[in-house]
Amino acid sequence: MSISEAANPRGSVVDRLRDALPKIVLSPTVAIVAIFVYGFILFTLYLSFTDSRILPTFGWVGWKNYENLFRIRAWDTAVTNLVIFGVLYIVICCALGLLLAILLDQRIRAEGFIRTVYLYPMALSFIVTGVAWKWFLDPGIGVEAVVRGWGWTTFEFNWIKDSDMAIYTIVIAAVWQTSGFVMAMFLAGLRGIDSEMMKAAQIDGASTFALYRRIVIPQLRPAFMSAFVVLAHMAIKSYDLVIALTGGGPGTATELPATFMYSYTFTRNQMGIGAASAVIMLMTIAAIIVPYLWSELREKK
Amino acid sequence: MGFLDIKQATKSYGAVQVLHETDISIEEGEFLVLVGPSGCGKSTLLNMIAGLEDITSGEIAIRDRSMNGVKPADRNIAMVFQSYALYPNMTVSGNISFGMEMHGIEKSEREKRIAQVSDLLQIKHLLDRKPGQLSGGQRQRVAMGRALVREPDVFLFDEPLSNLDAKLRVDMRTEIKKLHQKLGTTIVYVTHDQIEALTLSTRIAVMFGGYVQQLGTPKEIYDNPANMFVAGFMGSPSMNLFPAKVVSENGQPAAEVSLADGTKASIPFATDKLASDVGRDIILGIRPEAITDRDGADRNSQAVHIVDAPVEVTEPAGSDTFVVSQIGGKDVTGRFRADVAVNAGETFPFAFNMEKAVAFDPQSENRIA
Amino acid sequence: MASANAKSSFNLARFVLYTLLAVFCIYYLLPLYVMVVNSLKPLSEITAGGMMALPQEWTFAPWLSAWSSAQVGVEATGLRPYFLNSIIMVVPAVALSTMVGALNGYVLTKWTFPGATILFGLLLFGCFIPFQMVLIPMARMLGLMGLAGSVPGLIFVHFVYGIGFSTLYFRNYYAAFPTELVRAAQIDGAGFFRIFWRILLPSSGPIAVVCIIWQFTNIWNDFLFGASFSDFDSQPMTVALNNLVQSSTGVKEYNVHFAGAIMAALPTLFVYIVAGRYFVRGLMAGSVKG
Repeated sequence: MSISEAANPRGSVVDRLRDALPKIVLSPTVAIVAIFVYGFILFTLYLSFTDSRILPTFGWVGWKNYENLFRIRAWDTAVTNLVIFGVLYIVICCALGLLLAILLDQRIRAEGFIRTVYLYPMALSFIVTGVAWKWFLDPGIGVEAVVRGWGWTTFEFNWIKDSDMAIYTIVIAAVWQTSGFVMAMFLAGLRGIDSEMMKAAQIDGASTFALYRRIVIPQLRPAFMSAFVVLAHMAIKSYDLVIALTGGGPGTATELPATFMYSYTFTRNQMGIGAASAVIMLMTIAAIIVPYLWSELREKK
Repeated sequence: MGFLDIKQATKSYGAVQVLHETDISIEEGEFLVLVGPSGCGKSTLLNMIAGLEDITSGEIAIRDRSMNGVKPADRNIAMVFQSYALYPNMTVSGNISFGMEMHGIEKSEREKRIAQVSDLLQIKHLLDRKPGQLSGGQRQRVAMGRALVREPDVFLFDEPLSNLDAKLRVDMRTEIKKLHQKLGTTIVYVTHDQIEALTLSTRIAVMFGGYVQQLGTPKEIYDNPANMFVAGFMGSPSMNLFPAKVVSENGQPAAEVSLADGTKASIPFATDKLASDVGRDIILGIRPEAITDRDGADRNSQAVHIVDAPVEVTEPAGSDTFVVSQIGGKDVTGRFRADVAVNAGETFPFAFNMEKAVAFDPQSENRIA
Repeated sequence: MASANAKSSFNLARFVLYTLLAVFCIYYLLPLYVMVVNSLKPLSEITAGGMMALPQEWTFAPWLSAWSSAQVGVEATGLRPYFLNSIIMVVPAVALSTMVGALNGYVLTKWTFPGATILFGLLLFGCFIPFQMVLIPMARMLGLMGLAGSVPGLIFVHFVYGIGFSTLYFRNYYAAFPTELVRAAQIDGAGFFRIFWRILLPSSGPIAVVCIIWQFTNIWNDFLFGASFSDFDSQPMTVALNNLVQSSTGVKEYNVHFAGAIMAALPTLFVYIVAGRYFVRGLMAGSVKG
């Protein structure tokens, strides 16, 4: 150290500043993330233990908000709905996405065009998707009315107005929006598989079905992992689509944790409970994302 | 004090020491090659000279000026990278002039120097092209041009030929040698190819495991390797190394070896350096070109000895035939003239030129004679 | 005989394949078809059960109404002012987050330091948090900054939460960028910013496109932040569209709703069709850490 300073007398403030430049450039981002992500998480976490109502207040109430939260029927509905929605959404998207990817992988004509058609819903806002499906599924003017107009006068399709079935309309619209994207992920996975291995399997006498079941699909595990993580985190965050499609109704039939949090915090003025519900959402997502990020980033090292 | 001095330099990453105390000093105009297998620390040492990696302890000085803590740009060095590292978005002339531009050299001067260098390297017609449009050899020339134009104190080459195909590699090797002879620049050159090291250098540092195993002229390294690693690494085909025992024959020390047919043969040494080591187990080292057929032996040598040994394999290689026999349990290769009629399975006279033989201690692996 | 058989079964398989592909095309295109045809017909044709039919009477009136005169919330302004809000919001937010992301990616790959990977992991986790978690403190923070209910406030929010993904894109891209080039430039005497500006940035075209498309679609399509942090004057397009559709007063003008929905979808659809290749790459990179 002393040698370098002797040989380089200008090794002063300017030099040290220049050496620190990369960190200086990164520091605004670090500050932003520290405040607006982790600071805010801590703030909301703290609020979930307070008696905040319209505005944040700081009277400590311990676990009371969480206890109340689990007594609220609407939260119960929201969590049940999330389970139904999440499972169906992930399973159907993966199944449909895999099917479409395999169909597209058969050296077909016009692949580029078909891929574009399957994928375009992903470019749309959930609000647009919600509006389109809201009226398309509306019994007054949509599918039901149209089929009756064709002469099948007893045809019924009023799920969107039916408290028991409305959650499935959310699944329908969400699958429509996202399955093309899952298809793209699987297609990328399929294209990454060594074609010589496919040839070898064919020479070994594997049928197309066996080829996919035994050789190809097991190798798509990373694509499945990614798809699962993306879909699960989208399901938990789902808010826009519900608002646009059903507004959480009929009644509270299609409430999800995301809509619950918003309405309790901003319209029902139960900020403490809203914060508690947000914390639970965060924990659920973290349980999925953290191990994923951990393995992804550690592998690289 | 030399021109480039490396004094007790070390490099550690955390607890892992990748370069142990290293001392190298070279004079102006020397061509130093750092050679060794991958992971031996040669590239680390080069990067430390360049200033791209910090030095953990010790010192590196150029022209008696300590370089510790000096930025790469202020060391007056230039470097040619393995991948050439040509800036893809700039033309060839842009690549060559970038460094001068950064050092605030005026445009007219830059253009003059680009013209000189492109003349020297015959890349004038390429000046307006982008690196993506060049062949491997052309990129190599541009990368050298970029280094030359800086007129640095020291040129650093990091495996510059390893991305070229075999033929081009030989041509460029000659070209680099010519350039060095013409310009008299000081060069530090990293390679894993021992032939490059032997042909280009004025001095070689053979490295392994973070240590400089031997520093010397190509001839010293080739003829008198300091240890078995250097002996095995330098030269192709590599030096034969096989166990022997020092015996006394007519008062002269000789190497007793066991042949594949179960017999033993003793070969007298050319010197009596090992006279006091009778009875000692050694590893005998002798290069293939010092084991020949009888008439192919070096006539100037005073110590050619014939051993009749069973031939295991013959490998005709055009100009020569390599003949393999088992000695002391090891394959020992001799280099015979191509027209010698020798067949596998027969016993044939092998001529050992013991002036070229060296001996190593089996435990320390260091040379003892 | 055998080969003829094989051929006919082959053709049958192909027939089934193409039929399936076509059925799915219809599935994905149907809602778009419904939006387009119903935005071009009078309301009476829709309420009479003619949603699937082509317009008997073609009219552009729903579009004009949605654009400039429909009732959005309390005011009959059409969607035009909100469309402009979205544009004013998207452009700076995308530009800022992309620029910062590029610099971050550069530092995180070419000037790494101990702890850089952990820092990146923390940054990345911020992309995935449910934003419900930040709504309350952010509302307060915007109030403190004097940006509550304004377009600049929305720009700020989108910038802040856009940094994570733009950093991810540039980091992964620059990780594959040869470090020897940076070293060569260092030896040539270029400094931190000069290397970025002269060496990396000129080669960053493809990833910049991917990042810009991703940020553009995300920010344009955002609803949660728009609904939480905007006033009537500063609402983005998605929020205004939702208000248009949900407004409970008067007759439901479905044709106007569809026209409005298409308007809200056009910018991102346009980007998707023009730069679809990059769009897909963006989706992939955004989900699969590369």
